[in-house]
Amino acid sequence: MTLATIWVVVEPANGSFTTTSLELLTHARSLATSVGAITWGDDGHALASVAGDYGASTLYNVGSLGGALPGVPVAAAIAQLVASEGAPDAILLPTSYDGRDIAGRLSARLDRPVLTNVTGLLDEGGLVTEHPVFGGSQTVRAHFTHDGPGIVIVRAKSFAAEPAGGPSANVVSAPVGDVGSTGGATINTSHVEERTGPKLEEAAVVVSGGRGLGEADKYALIEETAKLLHGAAGASRAIVDAGWVPYSHQVGQTGKTVKPTVYIAAGISGATQHMVGMKGSKNIVAINKDPDAPIFQIADFGIVGDVHKVLPALIAALKARG
Amino acid sequence: MNIVVCVKQIPDPAAPQSFDATYNLNRSSKLILDEADTYGVEMALQLVDKAGEGEVTVVSMGSSSDVAGIRNALAMGAAKAIVVSDDALRGTDALGTAKVLAAVIRKVNPDLVLAATESSDGYTGTTPVQVAELLGLPSITFAKSVMIDGATVKVDRQTEAGYDEVSAPLPALVTVTAGVVEPRYASFKGIMAAKSKSLDVLSVADLGLANEIGSAGARQEIIAVVAAESRNAGEKHVDEGDGAEKIIGFLESIKVL
Repeated sequence: MTLATIWVVVEPANGSFTTTSLELLTHARSLATSVGAITWGDDGHALASVAGDYGASTLYNVGSLGGALPGVPVAAAIAQLVASEGAPDAILLPTSYDGRDIAGRLSARLDRPVLTNVTGLLDEGGLVTEHPVFGGSQTVRAHFTHDGPGIVIVRAKSFAAEPAGGPSANVVSAPVGDVGSTGGATINTSHVEERTGPKLEEAAVVVSGGRGLGEADKYALIEETAKLLHGAAGASRAIVDAGWVPYSHQVGQTGKTVKPTVYIAAGISGATQHMVGMKGSKNIVAINKDPDAPIFQIADFGIVGDVHKVLPALIAALKARG
Repeated sequence: MNIVVCVKQIPDPAAPQSFDATYNLNRSSKLILDEADTYGVEMALQLVDKAGEGEVTVVSMGSSSDVAGIRNALAMGAAKAIVVSDDALRGTDALGTAKVLAAVIRKVNPDLVLAATESSDGYTGTTPVQVAELLGLPSITFAKSVMIDGATVKVDRQTEAGYDEVSAPLPALVTVTAGVVEPRYASFKGIMAAKSKSLDVLSVADLGLANEIGSAGARQEIIAVVAAESRNAGEKHVDEGDGAEKIIGFLESIKVL
Protein backbone atom coordinates (compact mmCIF):
# COMPACT_ATOMS: atom_id res chain seq x y z
CA MET A 1 0.00 0.00 0.00
CA THR A 2 1.46 3.30 -1.05
CA LEU A 3 -1.46 5.44 0.04
CA ALA A 4 -1.55 6.55 3.65
CA THR A 5 -5.01 8.01 3.97
CA ILE A 6 -8.27 8.01 2.00
CA TRP A 7 -11.42 9.81 3.05
CA VAL A 8 -14.76 8.58 1.81
CA VAL A 9 -17.87 10.74 1.75
CA VAL A 10 -20.63 8.43 2.99
CA GLU A 11 -24.20 9.52 2.42
CA PRO A 12 -26.69 8.84 5.21
CA ALA A 13 -29.78 6.86 4.17
CA ASN A 14 -32.43 5.17 6.31
CA GLY A 15 -30.34 4.71 9.44
CA SER A 16 -27.23 3.57 7.54
CA PHE A 17 -25.22 4.73 4.53
CA THR A 18 -26.14 4.33 0.86
CA THR A 19 -24.94 1.12 -0.77
CA THR A 20 -22.50 3.01 -3.00
CA SER A 21 -20.98 4.65 0.10
CA LEU A 22 -20.37 1.21 1.63
CA GLU A 23 -18.85 -0.02 -1.66
CA LEU A 24 -16.37 2.87 -1.53
CA LEU A 25 -15.46 2.28 2.12
CA THR A 26 -14.85 -1.40 1.33
CA HIS A 27 -12.54 -0.62 -1.56
CA ALA A 28 -10.78 2.25 0.22
CA ARG A 29 -9.55 -0.05 2.98
CA SER A 30 -7.77 -2.20 0.37
CA LEU A 31 -5.97 0.89 -0.97
CA ALA A 32 -4.92 2.90 2.08
CA THR A 33 -3.53 2.27 5.55
CA SER A 34 -6.06 4.60 7.13
CA VAL A 35 -9.66 5.25 6.00
CA GLY A 36 -11.77 8.12 7.27
CA ALA A 37 -15.50 8.52 6.58
CA ILE A 38 -17.30 11.84 6.31
CA THR A 39 -21.04 12.08 6.88
CA TRP A 40 -23.77 14.48 7.97
CA GLY A 41 -27.28 14.50 9.38
CA ASP A 42 -28.89 13.99 12.77
CA ASP A 43 -27.83 10.33 13.03
CA GLY A 44 -24.12 10.96 12.44
CA HIS A 45 -22.90 9.66 15.77
CA ALA A 46 -25.16 6.61 15.71
CA LEU A 47 -23.54 5.51 12.45
CA ALA A 48 -20.04 5.17 13.90
CA SER A 49 -20.52 1.41 14.26
CA VAL A 50 -21.52 1.02 10.58
CA ALA A 51 -18.56 3.15 9.44
CA GLY A 52 -16.23 1.08 11.63
CA ASP A 53 -17.70 -2.19 10.43
CA TYR A 54 -16.78 -1.22 6.86
CA GLY A 55 -13.25 -0.22 7.76
CA ALA A 56 -13.28 3.47 8.71
CA SER A 57 -11.20 4.30 11.78
CA THR A 58 -12.58 7.84 12.03
CA LEU A 59 -16.04 9.19 11.26
CA TYR A 60 -16.02 12.94 10.65
CA ASN A 61 -19.54 14.10 11.41
CA VAL A 62 -20.73 17.39 9.93
CA GLY A 63 -23.96 17.02 11.91
CA SER A 64 -27.36 18.47 11.10
CA LEU A 65 -27.44 20.70 8.02
CA GLY A 66 -30.59 22.48 9.16
CA GLY A 67 -32.39 21.80 5.89
CA ALA A 68 -29.59 23.04 3.63
CA LEU A 69 -28.74 21.07 0.49
CA PRO A 70 -25.57 19.10 1.41
CA GLY A 71 -23.27 20.39 -1.38
CA VAL A 72 -22.13 23.67 0.13
CA PRO A 73 -21.95 22.88 3.87
CA VAL A 74 -20.36 19.43 3.50
CA ALA A 75 -17.73 20.71 1.05
CA ALA A 76 -16.99 23.60 3.42
CA ALA A 77 -16.57 21.19 6.34
CA ILE A 78 -14.23 18.95 4.30
CA ALA A 79 -12.14 21.94 3.24
CA GLN A 80 -11.79 22.83 6.95
CA LEU A 81 -10.79 19.24 7.75
CA VAL A 82 -8.11 19.35 5.04
CA ALA A 83 -6.76 22.48 6.72
CA SER A 84 -6.89 21.11 10.27
CA GLU A 85 -6.03 17.41 9.79
CA GLY A 86 -3.84 17.62 6.71
CA ALA A 87 -4.80 16.50 3.23
CA PRO A 88 -5.55 12.82 2.62
CA ASP A 89 -4.21 11.21 -0.57
CA ALA A 90 -7.69 11.02 -2.01
CA ILE A 91 -11.28 11.90 -1.23
CA LEU A 92 -13.81 9.47 -2.74
CA LEU A 93 -17.45 10.36 -3.32
CA PRO A 94 -20.37 8.34 -4.69
CA THR A 95 -21.83 9.34 -8.06
CA SER A 96 -25.14 10.67 -6.73
CA TYR A 97 -27.09 13.90 -6.74
CA ASP A 98 -25.41 15.17 -3.58
CA GLY A 99 -22.06 13.44 -4.15
CA ARG A 100 -21.49 15.41 -7.32
CA ASP A 101 -22.56 18.67 -5.67
CA ILE A 102 -20.10 18.15 -2.81
CA ALA A 103 -17.27 17.19 -5.18
CA GLY A 104 -17.81 20.21 -7.45
CA ARG A 105 -17.93 22.63 -4.51
CA LEU A 106 -14.88 21.06 -2.88
CA SER A 107 -12.91 21.11 -6.13
CA ALA A 108 -13.41 24.85 -6.55
CA ARG A 109 -12.73 25.54 -2.86
CA LEU A 110 -9.48 23.56 -2.76
CA ASP A 111 -8.57 24.44 -6.36
CA ARG A 112 -8.06 20.76 -7.15
CA PRO A 113 -9.56 18.92 -10.13
CA VAL A 114 -12.11 16.10 -9.97
CA LEU A 115 -11.95 12.75 -11.73
CA THR A 116 -15.49 11.60 -12.50
CA ASN A 117 -17.38 8.51 -13.66
CA VAL A 118 -14.73 6.30 -12.14
CA THR A 119 -15.39 2.54 -12.12
CA GLY A 120 -12.00 1.29 -10.99
CA LEU A 121 -9.33 2.47 -8.52
CA LEU A 122 -5.87 0.92 -8.53
CA ASP A 123 -2.76 1.42 -6.47
CA GLU A 124 0.15 1.58 -8.87
CA GLY A 125 2.62 3.47 -6.76
CA GLY A 126 -0.07 6.14 -6.62
CA LEU A 127 -3.76 6.26 -7.26
CA VAL A 128 -4.87 5.32 -10.79
CA THR A 129 -8.50 5.75 -11.84
CA GLU A 130 -10.41 3.83 -14.50
CA HIS A 131 -13.20 5.35 -16.56
CA PRO A 132 -15.35 3.56 -19.14
CA VAL A 133 -15.59 5.43 -22.46
CA PHE A 134 -17.32 4.94 -25.79
CA GLY A 135 -20.13 2.82 -24.42
CA GLY A 136 -17.80 0.83 -22.22
CA SER A 137 -15.82 -0.56 -25.15
CA GLN A 138 -12.64 1.05 -23.85
CA THR A 139 -11.28 2.01 -20.46
CA VAL A 140 -9.31 5.17 -19.79
CA ARG A 141 -6.70 5.08 -17.03
CA ALA A 142 -5.85 8.42 -15.47
CA HIS A 143 -4.08 9.94 -12.49
CA PHE A 144 -3.62 13.30 -10.80
CA THR A 145 -0.47 15.32 -11.38
CA HIS A 146 -0.94 17.78 -8.50
CA ASP A 147 -0.26 17.75 -4.77
CA GLY A 148 -2.94 17.39 -2.17
CA PRO A 149 -6.13 15.44 -2.20
CA GLY A 150 -7.33 13.92 -5.45
CA ILE A 151 -11.10 14.23 -5.62
CA VAL A 152 -12.70 11.18 -7.22
CA ILE A 153 -16.38 10.49 -7.96
CA VAL A 154 -17.07 6.78 -8.28
CA ARG A 155 -20.01 5.14 -10.01
CA ALA A 156 -22.34 2.75 -8.18
CA LYS A 157 -21.58 -0.97 -8.35
CA SER A 158 -17.91 -0.49 -9.14
CA PHE A 159 -16.95 -2.57 -6.09
CA ALA A 160 -18.71 -5.03 -3.80
CA ALA A 161 -19.68 -3.83 -0.30
CA GLU A 162 -18.34 -6.16 2.39
CA PRO A 163 -18.13 -5.49 6.13
CA ALA A 164 -14.73 -6.04 7.75
CA GLY A 165 -16.04 -6.31 11.30
CA GLY A 166 -13.91 -3.42 12.53
CA PRO A 167 -14.52 -1.61 15.82
CA SER A 168 -16.78 1.43 15.97
CA ALA A 169 -15.18 4.48 14.31
CA ASN A 170 -13.87 7.30 16.41
CA VAL A 171 -16.28 10.22 15.90
CA VAL A 172 -14.80 13.66 15.25
CA SER A 173 -17.05 16.62 14.65
CA ALA A 174 -16.47 18.57 11.45
CA PRO A 175 -17.79 22.11 11.67
CA VAL A 176 -19.09 23.88 8.56
CA GLY A 177 -17.89 27.39 9.27
CA ASP A 178 -19.00 30.40 7.26
CA VAL A 179 -20.25 29.67 3.74
CA GLY A 180 -21.11 33.27 2.91
CA SER A 181 -23.27 33.91 -0.11
CA THR A 182 -22.99 30.32 -1.38
CA GLY A 183 -25.31 29.01 1.34
CA GLY A 184 -29.02 29.54 1.06
CA ALA A 185 -30.27 26.59 -0.98
CA THR A 186 -32.79 25.10 1.45
CA ILE A 187 -35.01 22.04 1.29
CA ASN A 188 -38.54 23.12 2.23
CA THR A 189 -40.46 19.89 1.66
CA SER A 190 -39.46 16.36 0.66
CA HIS A 191 -41.77 14.23 -1.47
CA VAL A 192 -41.48 10.48 -1.56
CA GLU A 193 -42.90 8.98 -4.73
CA GLU A 194 -44.67 5.65 -4.35
CA ARG A 195 -42.62 2.77 -5.57
CA THR A 196 -43.79 -0.78 -5.90
CA GLY A 197 -41.25 -3.54 -6.26
CA PRO A 198 -37.47 -3.40 -5.87
CA LYS A 199 -35.21 -0.40 -6.48
CA LEU A 200 -33.78 -0.12 -9.97
CA GLU A 201 -30.17 -0.57 -8.81
CA GLU A 202 -30.97 -3.50 -6.55
CA ALA A 203 -33.45 -5.48 -8.65
CA ALA A 204 -32.47 -8.93 -9.94
CA VAL A 205 -34.52 -8.26 -13.07
CA VAL A 206 -34.64 -4.94 -14.92
CA VAL A 207 -36.96 -4.31 -17.85
CA SER A 208 -36.19 -1.12 -19.77
CA GLY A 209 -37.98 0.62 -22.59
CA GLY A 210 -36.78 3.00 -25.28
CA ARG A 211 -37.90 5.04 -28.23
CA GLY A 212 -39.08 1.87 -30.00
CA LEU A 213 -42.15 1.92 -27.74
CA GLY A 214 -43.42 4.70 -29.99
CA GLU A 215 -45.42 6.66 -27.41
CA ALA A 216 -45.45 7.45 -23.69
CA ASP A 217 -48.55 5.35 -22.91
CA LYS A 218 -46.80 2.21 -24.10
CA TYR A 219 -44.33 2.44 -21.19
CA ALA A 220 -47.09 0.66 -19.22
CA LEU A 221 -46.01 -2.52 -21.06
CA ILE A 222 -42.53 -2.15 -19.54
CA GLU A 223 -43.93 -1.57 -16.06
CA GLU A 224 -46.24 -4.56 -16.29
CA THR A 225 -43.52 -6.90 -17.57
CA ALA A 226 -41.20 -5.69 -14.79
CA LYS A 227 -43.89 -6.26 -12.17
CA LEU A 228 -44.65 -9.79 -13.36
CA LEU A 229 -40.93 -10.63 -13.17
CA HIS A 230 -40.67 -9.00 -9.69
CA GLY A 231 -38.21 -6.57 -11.24
CA ALA A 232 -37.80 -2.84 -11.74
CA ALA A 233 -38.63 -0.68 -14.77
CA GLY A 234 -35.86 1.31 -16.44
CA ALA A 235 -35.64 3.62 -19.42
CA SER A 236 -33.27 4.88 -22.08
CA ARG A 237 -32.21 8.51 -22.11
CA ALA A 238 -34.27 9.13 -25.27
CA ILE A 239 -37.62 8.60 -23.55
CA VAL A 240 -36.56 10.41 -20.38
CA ASP A 241 -35.54 13.41 -22.50
CA ALA A 242 -38.90 13.17 -24.27
CA GLY A 243 -40.59 13.47 -20.87
CA TRP A 244 -42.29 10.03 -20.99
CA VAL A 245 -40.79 8.85 -17.71
CA PRO A 246 -38.96 10.56 -14.84
CA TYR A 247 -35.16 10.83 -14.76
CA SER A 248 -35.01 8.44 -11.81
CA HIS A 249 -35.73 5.57 -14.24
CA GLN A 250 -32.83 6.39 -16.55
CA VAL A 251 -30.19 3.72 -17.07
CA GLY A 252 -26.92 4.74 -18.66
CA GLN A 253 -23.96 7.07 -18.51
CA THR A 254 -26.15 9.95 -17.38
CA GLY A 255 -28.40 7.76 -15.27
CA LYS A 256 -28.08 4.70 -13.10
CA THR A 257 -25.71 1.76 -13.37
CA VAL A 258 -27.48 -1.59 -13.05
CA LYS A 259 -26.05 -5.08 -12.87
CA PRO A 260 -29.08 -7.37 -12.55
CA THR A 261 -29.23 -11.12 -13.19
CA VAL A 262 -31.16 -10.30 -16.34
CA TYR A 263 -31.66 -7.02 -18.18
CA ILE A 264 -34.41 -6.90 -20.79
CA ALA A 265 -34.03 -4.02 -23.27
CA ALA A 266 -37.23 -3.45 -25.24
CA GLY A 267 -37.23 -0.99 -28.11
CA ILE A 268 -33.76 0.25 -27.15
CA SER A 269 -31.30 0.47 -30.02
CA GLY A 270 -28.25 0.56 -27.76
CA ALA A 271 -26.70 4.01 -27.86
CA THR A 272 -23.24 3.98 -26.30
CA GLN A 273 -24.53 6.19 -23.48
CA HIS A 274 -27.09 3.50 -22.54
CA MET A 275 -24.70 0.54 -22.76
CA VAL A 276 -22.36 1.93 -20.09
CA GLY A 277 -25.16 1.67 -17.55
CA MET A 278 -26.21 -1.94 -18.22
CA LYS A 279 -23.27 -3.70 -19.83
CA GLY A 280 -22.34 -5.32 -16.53
CA SER A 281 -25.65 -7.22 -16.35
CA LYS A 282 -25.24 -10.98 -15.99
CA ASN A 283 -27.62 -11.70 -18.90
CA ILE A 284 -28.98 -9.33 -21.51
CA VAL A 285 -32.16 -9.90 -23.51
CA ALA A 286 -32.94 -7.50 -26.35
CA ILE A 287 -36.13 -7.01 -28.30
CA ASN A 288 -35.81 -4.70 -31.29
CA LYS A 289 -37.28 -4.65 -34.76
CA ASP A 290 -34.00 -3.53 -36.33
CA PRO A 291 -31.80 -6.64 -36.76
CA ASP A 292 -28.72 -4.38 -36.95
CA ALA A 293 -29.43 -2.48 -33.70
CA PRO A 294 -26.16 -2.24 -31.69
CA ILE A 295 -27.90 -3.69 -28.62
CA PHE A 296 -27.79 -7.13 -30.29
CA GLN A 297 -23.99 -7.02 -30.25
CA ILE A 298 -23.99 -7.35 -26.48
CA ALA A 299 -27.23 -9.31 -25.99
CA ASP A 300 -27.05 -12.93 -24.88
CA PHE A 301 -30.52 -13.47 -26.26
CA GLY A 302 -32.05 -11.32 -28.98
CA ILE A 303 -35.50 -11.25 -30.52
CA VAL A 304 -35.80 -9.33 -33.78
CA GLY A 305 -39.39 -8.24 -33.57
CA ASP A 306 -41.95 -5.58 -32.75
CA VAL A 307 -42.10 -4.74 -29.02
CA HIS A 308 -45.82 -4.03 -29.46
CA LYS A 309 -46.34 -7.70 -30.30
CA VAL A 310 -43.62 -9.41 -28.24
CA LEU A 311 -44.26 -7.60 -24.92
CA PRO A 312 -48.05 -8.21 -24.80
CA ALA A 313 -47.39 -11.87 -25.63
CA LEU A 314 -44.73 -12.03 -22.92
CA ILE A 315 -47.10 -10.43 -20.41
CA ALA A 316 -49.85 -12.92 -21.30
CA ALA A 317 -47.44 -15.84 -20.99
CA LEU A 318 -46.14 -14.65 -17.61
CA LYS A 319 -49.69 -14.18 -16.32
CA ALA A 320 -50.62 -17.66 -17.51
CA ARG A 321 -47.77 -19.08 -15.40
CA GLY A 322 -49.32 -17.35 -12.38
CA MET B 1 -34.73 38.95 -15.05
CA ASN B 2 -31.41 38.47 -16.78
CA ILE B 3 -30.42 34.85 -17.27
CA VAL B 4 -27.18 33.29 -18.44
CA VAL B 5 -27.39 29.79 -19.94
CA CYS B 6 -24.15 27.82 -20.14
CA VAL B 7 -24.08 25.71 -23.29
CA LYS B 8 -21.60 23.42 -24.97
CA GLN B 9 -20.99 22.52 -28.58
CA ILE B 10 -20.24 18.82 -28.92
CA PRO B 11 -19.56 16.29 -31.69
CA ASP B 12 -22.77 14.59 -32.84
CA PRO B 13 -23.32 11.92 -30.12
CA ALA B 14 -24.78 9.57 -32.75
CA ALA B 15 -21.49 9.57 -34.70
CA PRO B 16 -18.68 7.20 -33.67
CA GLN B 17 -16.37 8.77 -31.06
CA SER B 18 -12.61 8.43 -30.86
CA PHE B 19 -9.54 9.90 -29.20
CA ASP B 20 -6.82 11.81 -31.01
CA ALA B 21 -3.11 11.16 -30.41
CA THR B 22 -3.10 13.21 -27.19
CA TYR B 23 -6.17 11.46 -25.73
CA ASN B 24 -8.46 14.38 -26.38
CA LEU B 25 -11.90 13.61 -27.76
CA ASN B 26 -11.78 13.93 -31.52
CA ARG B 27 -13.72 17.11 -32.22
CA SER B 28 -12.72 17.54 -35.86
CA SER B 29 -16.23 16.75 -37.10
CA LYS B 30 -18.95 19.38 -37.18
CA LEU B 31 -20.05 20.48 -33.71
CA ILE B 32 -23.67 20.80 -32.67
CA LEU B 33 -25.44 22.36 -29.69
CA ASP B 34 -25.66 19.69 -26.97
CA GLU B 35 -29.31 18.67 -26.90
CA ALA B 36 -29.11 18.61 -23.09
CA ASP B 37 -28.54 22.39 -23.25
CA THR B 38 -31.72 23.11 -25.21
CA TYR B 39 -33.75 22.52 -22.03
CA GLY B 40 -31.86 25.28 -20.20
CA VAL B 41 -32.26 27.68 -23.13
CA GLU B 42 -36.00 26.98 -23.29
CA MET B 43 -36.39 27.30 -19.50
CA ALA B 44 -34.56 30.65 -19.56
CA LEU B 45 -36.70 31.98 -22.41
CA GLN B 46 -39.88 31.02 -20.55
CA LEU B 47 -38.70 32.57 -17.25
CA VAL B 48 -37.74 35.86 -18.93
CA ASP B 49 -41.04 35.84 -20.77
CA LYS B 50 -42.94 35.35 -17.52
CA ALA B 51 -40.94 38.10 -15.77
CA GLY B 52 -41.86 40.45 -18.61
CA GLU B 53 -38.37 41.98 -18.70
CA GLY B 54 -34.74 41.02 -19.10
CA GLU B 55 -32.89 38.84 -21.57
CA VAL B 56 -31.17 35.53 -22.08
CA THR B 57 -27.41 35.43 -22.69
CA VAL B 58 -25.78 32.25 -23.90
CA VAL B 59 -22.23 31.58 -22.64
CA SER B 60 -19.91 28.92 -24.01
CA MET B 61 -16.26 27.98 -24.35
CA GLY B 62 -14.26 25.65 -26.56
CA SER B 63 -11.22 25.19 -28.73
CA SER B 64 -13.17 25.21 -31.98
CA SER B 65 -14.05 28.37 -33.87
CA ASP B 66 -17.32 26.71 -34.92
CA VAL B 67 -20.36 28.70 -33.72
CA ALA B 68 -23.24 26.96 -35.55
CA GLY B 69 -24.50 25.44 -32.28
CA ILE B 70 -24.40 28.84 -30.57
CA ARG B 71 -26.37 30.37 -33.47
CA ASN B 72 -28.91 27.62 -32.87
CA ALA B 73 -29.42 28.83 -29.27
CA LEU B 74 -29.78 32.39 -30.58
CA ALA B 75 -32.29 31.16 -33.16
CA MET B 76 -34.36 29.65 -30.33
CA GLY B 77 -34.63 33.17 -28.92
CA ALA B 78 -31.60 34.00 -26.75
CA ALA B 79 -30.71 37.71 -27.08
CA LYS B 80 -26.94 37.41 -27.30
CA ALA B 81 -23.99 35.09 -26.90
CA ILE B 82 -20.49 35.32 -25.46
CA VAL B 83 -18.14 32.58 -26.58
CA VAL B 84 -14.58 32.01 -25.43
CA SER B 85 -12.95 30.39 -28.40
CA ASP B 86 -9.25 29.62 -28.23
CA ASP B 87 -7.01 26.83 -29.41
CA ALA B 88 -5.30 27.05 -26.01
CA LEU B 89 -8.48 25.67 -24.40
CA ARG B 90 -7.85 22.23 -25.85
CA GLY B 91 -7.52 19.69 -23.01
CA THR B 92 -9.02 22.01 -20.37
CA ASP B 93 -10.62 20.04 -17.53
CA ALA B 94 -13.92 20.68 -15.75
CA LEU B 95 -12.45 23.08 -13.17
CA GLY B 96 -10.59 25.03 -15.86
CA THR B 97 -13.82 25.19 -17.87
CA ALA B 98 -15.63 26.50 -14.81
CA LYS B 99 -12.99 29.22 -14.34
CA VAL B 100 -13.44 30.39 -17.93
CA LEU B 101 -17.25 30.35 -17.73
CA ALA B 102 -17.23 32.10 -14.33
CA ALA B 103 -15.00 34.86 -15.70
CA VAL B 104 -17.47 35.49 -18.53
CA ILE B 105 -20.58 35.24 -16.35
CA ARG B 106 -19.07 37.78 -13.94
CA LYS B 107 -19.12 40.32 -16.79
CA VAL B 108 -22.84 39.71 -17.42
CA ASN B 109 -23.78 39.68 -13.71
CA PRO B 110 -27.11 37.85 -14.20
CA ASP B 111 -29.93 37.11 -11.72
CA LEU B 112 -29.88 33.43 -12.60
CA VAL B 113 -27.44 31.02 -14.25
CA LEU B 114 -28.83 27.87 -15.87
CA ALA B 115 -26.93 24.83 -17.15
CA ALA B 116 -27.62 21.20 -18.00
CA THR B 117 -26.84 18.64 -15.29
CA GLU B 118 -24.00 17.38 -17.48
CA SER B 119 -22.78 17.49 -21.06
CA SER B 120 -23.48 14.65 -23.45
CA ASP B 121 -19.83 14.18 -24.44
CA GLY B 122 -17.71 14.53 -21.28
CA TYR B 123 -20.37 13.69 -18.66
CA THR B 124 -18.32 15.08 -15.78
CA GLY B 125 -21.35 16.85 -14.32
CA THR B 126 -19.33 19.03 -11.96
CA THR B 127 -18.74 22.19 -14.02
CA PRO B 128 -21.95 24.07 -13.09
CA VAL B 129 -21.41 23.64 -9.34
CA GLN B 130 -17.75 24.65 -9.71
CA VAL B 131 -18.97 27.79 -11.53
CA ALA B 132 -21.37 28.51 -8.67
CA GLU B 133 -18.61 28.16 -6.06
CA LEU B 134 -16.26 30.42 -8.03
CA LEU B 135 -19.01 33.05 -8.36
CA GLY B 136 -20.09 32.74 -4.71
CA LEU B 137 -23.61 31.67 -5.68
CA PRO B 138 -25.95 29.11 -4.11
CA SER B 139 -26.84 26.27 -6.47
CA ILE B 140 -29.64 23.77 -6.94
CA THR B 141 -28.89 20.82 -9.21
CA PHE B 142 -31.17 18.31 -10.97
CA ALA B 143 -34.18 20.60 -11.32
CA LYS B 144 -37.33 19.07 -12.74
CA SER B 145 -39.18 22.38 -12.49
CA VAL B 146 -38.01 25.97 -11.99
CA MET B 147 -40.09 28.96 -10.83
CA ILE B 148 -39.14 32.51 -9.91
CA ASP B 149 -40.98 34.05 -6.97
CA GLY B 150 -39.76 37.59 -6.35
CA ALA B 151 -36.09 37.36 -5.34
CA THR B 152 -36.24 33.59 -4.82
CA VAL B 153 -35.84 30.67 -7.20
CA LYS B 154 -38.03 27.67 -6.37
CA VAL B 155 -37.03 24.29 -7.72
CA ASP B 156 -38.39 20.76 -7.59
CA ARG B 157 -35.16 18.80 -7.32
CA GLN B 158 -34.91 15.15 -8.27
CA THR B 159 -33.94 12.81 -5.40
CA GLU B 160 -33.52 9.05 -5.06
CA ALA B 161 -36.87 8.78 -3.31
CA GLY B 162 -38.87 11.34 -5.29
CA TYR B 163 -38.24 15.06 -5.23
CA ASP B 164 -37.53 17.93 -2.85
CA GLU B 165 -38.97 21.42 -3.01
CA VAL B 166 -35.83 23.57 -2.70
CA SER B 167 -35.49 27.35 -2.75
CA ALA B 168 -32.54 29.73 -2.93
CA PRO B 169 -32.16 33.50 -2.95
CA LEU B 170 -31.22 35.09 -6.30
CA PRO B 171 -28.67 35.37 -7.80
CA ALA B 172 -28.29 31.59 -8.00
CA LEU B 173 -27.30 28.77 -10.32
CA VAL B 174 -29.68 25.95 -11.28
CA THR B 175 -28.99 22.83 -13.36
CA VAL B 176 -31.93 21.39 -15.25
CA THR B 177 -32.63 17.77 -16.15
CA ALA B 178 -33.85 16.83 -19.59
CA GLY B 179 -37.61 16.92 -19.93
CA VAL B 180 -37.96 19.93 -17.57
CA VAL B 181 -39.58 21.81 -20.47
CA GLU B 182 -40.23 21.01 -24.11
CA PRO B 183 -37.54 22.88 -26.10
CA ARG B 184 -38.91 24.85 -29.04
CA TYR B 185 -37.61 24.36 -32.54
CA ALA B 186 -36.01 27.45 -34.01
CA SER B 187 -38.43 29.04 -36.45
CA PHE B 188 -37.33 30.32 -39.86
CA LYS B 189 -37.80 33.83 -38.49
CA GLY B 190 -35.66 32.92 -35.48
CA ILE B 191 -32.90 31.51 -37.66
CA MET B 192 -32.84 34.67 -39.79
CA ALA B 193 -32.89 36.91 -36.69
CA ALA B 194 -30.02 34.95 -35.11
CA LYS B 195 -27.70 35.96 -37.92
CA SER B 196 -27.73 39.58 -36.79
CA LYS B 197 -27.66 38.96 -33.01
CA SER B 198 -24.59 39.88 -30.97
CA LEU B 199 -22.09 37.03 -30.71
CA ASP B 200 -18.93 38.15 -28.90
CA VAL B 201 -15.90 35.93 -29.31
CA LEU B 202 -13.26 36.29 -26.58
CA SER B 203 -9.81 34.75 -26.26
CA VAL B 204 -8.23 33.32 -23.11
CA ALA B 205 -5.93 36.34 -23.00
CA ASP B 206 -9.00 38.60 -22.77
CA LEU B 207 -9.89 36.79 -19.52
CA GLY B 208 -6.36 36.57 -18.06
CA LEU B 209 -6.60 32.84 -17.32
CA ALA B 210 -3.70 31.47 -19.37
CA ASN B 211 -2.15 29.30 -16.62
CA GLU B 212 -5.31 27.56 -15.54
CA ILE B 213 -6.51 26.15 -18.84
CA GLY B 214 -5.47 23.67 -21.49
CA SER B 215 -3.84 20.31 -20.79
CA ALA B 216 -1.13 21.98 -18.70
CA GLY B 217 -3.70 23.55 -16.37
CA ALA B 218 -5.64 20.31 -15.97
CA ARG B 219 -3.40 18.63 -13.34
CA GLN B 220 -4.79 15.25 -14.30
CA GLU B 221 -3.80 13.13 -17.24
CA ILE B 222 -4.74 10.04 -19.11
CA ILE B 223 -1.96 7.47 -18.85
CA ALA B 224 -3.46 4.73 -21.00
CA VAL B 225 -6.53 3.68 -22.94
CA VAL B 226 -7.15 -0.05 -22.90
CA ALA B 227 -9.80 -2.27 -24.45
CA ALA B 228 -12.49 -3.14 -21.92
CA GLU B 229 -13.68 -6.67 -21.34
CA SER B 230 -15.95 -7.28 -24.27
CA ARG B 231 -19.31 -9.01 -24.41
CA ASN B 232 -20.18 -11.16 -27.35
CA ALA B 233 -23.48 -11.38 -29.17
CA GLY B 234 -25.41 -14.52 -28.25
CA GLU B 235 -28.39 -16.08 -29.94
CA LYS B 236 -30.65 -13.96 -32.14
CA HIS B 237 -34.06 -15.07 -33.37
CA VAL B 238 -36.55 -13.40 -35.67
CA ASP B 239 -39.95 -13.22 -34.03
CA GLU B 240 -42.44 -15.40 -35.83
CA GLY B 241 -45.12 -15.12 -33.19
CA ASP B 242 -42.97 -17.22 -30.87
CA GLY B 243 -40.65 -14.46 -29.57
CA ALA B 244 -42.27 -14.26 -26.13
CA GLU B 245 -42.17 -18.04 -25.78
CA LYS B 246 -38.47 -18.06 -26.67
CA ILE B 247 -37.75 -15.35 -24.05
CA ILE B 248 -39.60 -17.43 -21.44
CA GLY B 249 -37.41 -20.39 -22.44
CA PHE B 250 -34.27 -18.30 -22.01
CA LEU B 251 -35.41 -16.95 -18.62
CA GLU B 252 -36.05 -20.52 -17.52
CA SER B 253 -32.60 -21.60 -18.70
CA ILE B 254 -30.96 -18.95 -16.49
CA LYS B 255 -33.34 -19.84 -13.63
CA VAL B 256 -35.00 -16.42 -13.45
CA LEU B 257 -38.28 -18.29 -13.98
